[in-house]
Amino acid sequence: MRPPLALDLEAAALRAAGALSRLAGRGGGTTIPGKLLWKLDPAAIDQLARRLPRGSALVSATNGKTTTTAMAAQILRPALRVVHNDSGANLVSGVASSLLRMRDAELGLFEVDEGALPELARRLQPQALLLANLFRDQLDRYGELELVAARWREAVAGLPRARLVVNGDDPQVADLASERPGSIVFGLDDPAHARPALQHAADSKYCLRCGTPYTYAAAYVGHLGDYRCPNCGHARPALDVAARAIELHGLEGSAFTLAAAGGNRRIELRVPGLYNVYNATGAASLALSLGASLDEVAGGLARFTAAFGRFERIAVDGKRLLILLVKNPAGANEIVRTLVDAGAPRVAVIALNDDIADGRDVSWIWDVDFEPLVDGLETLVATGSRAEELALRFAYGGLARGRIEVVRSLEAALDRGLELTPAGGELTVLPTYTAMLALRRTVASRGHVANYWEQAA
Amino acid sequence: MRIRVGHLYPDYLNIYADRGNIAVLAERARRRGHELDVEAIGLAGALRPGDVDLYYVGGGQDREQELVAHDLAGKAGALRAAVEDGAALLAVCGGYQLLGRFYRDVAGTELPGVGLLPLHTVAGTRRMIGDVLLDCPWAGRTLAGFENHAGRTILDPGAEPLGRVLAGFGNDGASGFEGCRHLRAYGTYLHGPLLPRNPWFADSVLADALAHRSGGEPPGLAPLEDELERAAHDVSAERARSRGGRF
Repeated sequence: MRPPLALDLEAAALRAAGALSRLAGRGGGTTIPGKLLWKLDPAAIDQLARRLPRGSALVSATNGKTTTTAMAAQILRPALRVVHNDSGANLVSGVASSLLRMRDAELGLFEVDEGALPELARRLQPQALLLANLFRDQLDRYGELELVAARWREAVAGLPRARLVVNGDDPQVADLASERPGSIVFGLDDPAHARPALQHAADSKYCLRCGTPYTYAAAYVGHLGDYRCPNCGHARPALDVAARAIELHGLEGSAFTLAAAGGNRRIELRVPGLYNVYNATGAASLALSLGASLDEVAGGLARFTAAFGRFERIAVDGKRLLILLVKNPAGANEIVRTLVDAGAPRVAVIALNDDIADGRDVSWIWDVDFEPLVDGLETLVATGSRAEELALRFAYGGLARGRIEVVRSLEAALDRGLELTPAGGELTVLPTYTAMLALRRTVASRGHVANYWEQAA
Repeated sequence: MRIRVGHLYPDYLNIYADRGNIAVLAERARRRGHELDVEAIGLAGALRPGDVDLYYVGGGQDREQELVAHDLAGKAGALRAAVEDGAALLAVCGGYQLLGRFYRDVAGTELPGVGLLPLHTVAGTRRMIGDVLLDCPWAGRTLAGFENHAGRTILDPGAEPLGRVLAGFGNDGASGFEGCRHLRAYGTYLHGPLLPRNPWFADSVLADALAHRSGGEPPGLAPLEDELERAAHDVSAERARSRGGRF
C-alpha cells in the first residue's frame, strides 16, 4: 500500500487539473479530476473511500436518484459531514471527483448510474444501498430492463454485509432484498392516489415467478404499486416504511405521513407530485437506516427545495422559468401528470436532444402520455437537436400544427418562450439531460443563476 | 372506408414506441376520410383471416418475446393464410424476427416462428445499435430509423429485402440488406418509431390495407402537408450517415 502522503499529493494534483479546466472555460470540470484518477490509478478510488469513517451509502434508480440523494443529504447534514455528488455526476468518474474533494467528510453519499452500480459497489463497499426503481430507459445505452436487473443482482450479491433499502412497490427491485434479512422495504400505502389503470407500456407487469400479469390493489407510478400475482401469489412484501395519507398541492408541494418502526411523522415537502413522495420515502428510509431520527428526517425533508435541474424555479427578467428534467416515459408521465393537476401550461418549451446522455434513440417520446397537455397548450416551442421529431409527437398527439413552433437553437427557443410568457408569469421548460445543462448554462451566462460547478464547490 | 387493424400482443410487444406507428396510420387515414379500427389480439385471442386488413406486430424485450412466441406459432397458419389472401402486415424488430422460420438464441435453443417471411434469425453477442438509412429501389424512396438488436437475420436466397443499407447495420451487419417484404407483408428492424418520419411508407401500408378492404388495387392517396415529417426524416438520415453503426 502506498503511503498516505502520496495519495494526498495525487489528489491535490488532480483537483488542480479540474480548476484548470474551469479556468480554460471548458464547462464545469466537475468530473475531470475523477476521470484522470480513474484512468491513472483506479485503486485510489477504493482507498479514498476507505478513509470515510462512516463509510458510504449509494443510491440508484432509473428515476429520482438525484433528488432522493439530495433529500438524504439534507436530512443527514446537520449531524454528519457528508460528501455528496450533488451536480449529478453519477458515473465512476463523478464519484471519484467527489471523493477527491471530500476533505474531512465522515460519510460518502452518492447517487450512482444504474449501469455503473456494480463497479462502484465493488470499489466503495458501501454500508448501505438504496435501490428505488427500474423503468425502461435509454435502451440504446443500458440495454433491456432484465439486463440491468441482472447486473444489480450481482452487485447486491457482492455486498453481503451492506444494508439494503429497497422499494417494495417495484417487483424487480423488491426481489433483490427478498433473501436478505435486515433489509428495509419502503413503499406507498394510500390507494386514494392510485391510478385507475397501469400506464401505457408499463414495465415489469408480469410475475417474476410465473409470468402471469400482476393484479394491482393500487398502481401509483408506472408499474410501482401494490401488486399480487393471481396465479402463484407472489406479492408486494410487507412495508417497513410507508407513506400514508398523501396530499398533493399542485406545483407547490405535497405532504404525507411517514410510518416507520420508530413511529409516525407528518412530512411536509416543498416539491410536488407522487414521484417526489416516493423519493422522500426512499430518502427517509435510507437516512433512518443510517441512524437519523424521525425529527431529523422531517426537518431535512421540510428544508429540501429542489435538486439540480429537477423542478428548479429560476427568476428571469420579471418572469420565472420552471425547469423539469424529462428523460424517459415513466418520469415524463409523472411530470405531465403533476403539471396538469396544477393547471396545464399555455406555453411550454420542450427540448429534445439526442446525445449519448439523452439517449440517441428518441423513440421513447412516443411512449410518454403527452396528450393531457395538448388541450391547454396555445404554443409549443419544440427545440433541441431532434426538435422536429418532438413536434411530430405532438402533431400526431392532436396538437394543431399551427400551435407548434420549431426553433432548433435552445437559446432562441428559450427567448421565444419568454416572449410568449406574460410579465410575472411562469414558463414551463421540459428539457432532456444535455438540453437541461445547456439551458442552465444560458441562464447562468445571463447572470440569473449560479453555474452548477460554483454551487457544487 | 373502415380499415380494420389487428394489433398483435400490444401488452407484450411495445418496447420501441409502437403506438407511434399506429397513431400515424390512424391520423393519415382520417385525413383521407378513412377510419382506423384497431383491435388488440392478445394471448388468448383468436385470429380469423378476412376480418383484418392490416396486422401490426411490435418489438419486445427478450422476456416478453418468449412469452408470446409459442402463442404466435399457434396462430401461424391463420396469419399466413391472411397474408396470402392480400392482408397487409407490418412487423418491427422482435415482431419481425418472430415472422421468420425460427429464432435461435446464444445457447442454441430455437423459438418457433410463423414461417411467413423467408428468413431466420440467430442471436449474436454484440448488439447492433444506431441510426439507419435505407434505399428502397422498389419505391424510389429512402427510409430512416433506429435499430437496436442482437439477432442476425438471414434472408433466404431470392428473398426481397425492405431496402439496401446506406448507413447502419441492417439485418446482420454484413449482407447490406435490411428488412424483408413478401406480398403485402413488411418486416424491419427500424423503429424510431418508423412511420412518423417516413410518411410515404405509412401511406404505402395504408394503401395496401385499403386494397385488401376493397378487394381492388392499392389506391393513390391524396398528398398531405408533410413539412415536419420531411425535416424529421432528413435529421434522422443525417444521423445515420454521420454515426450509423458499422463493425
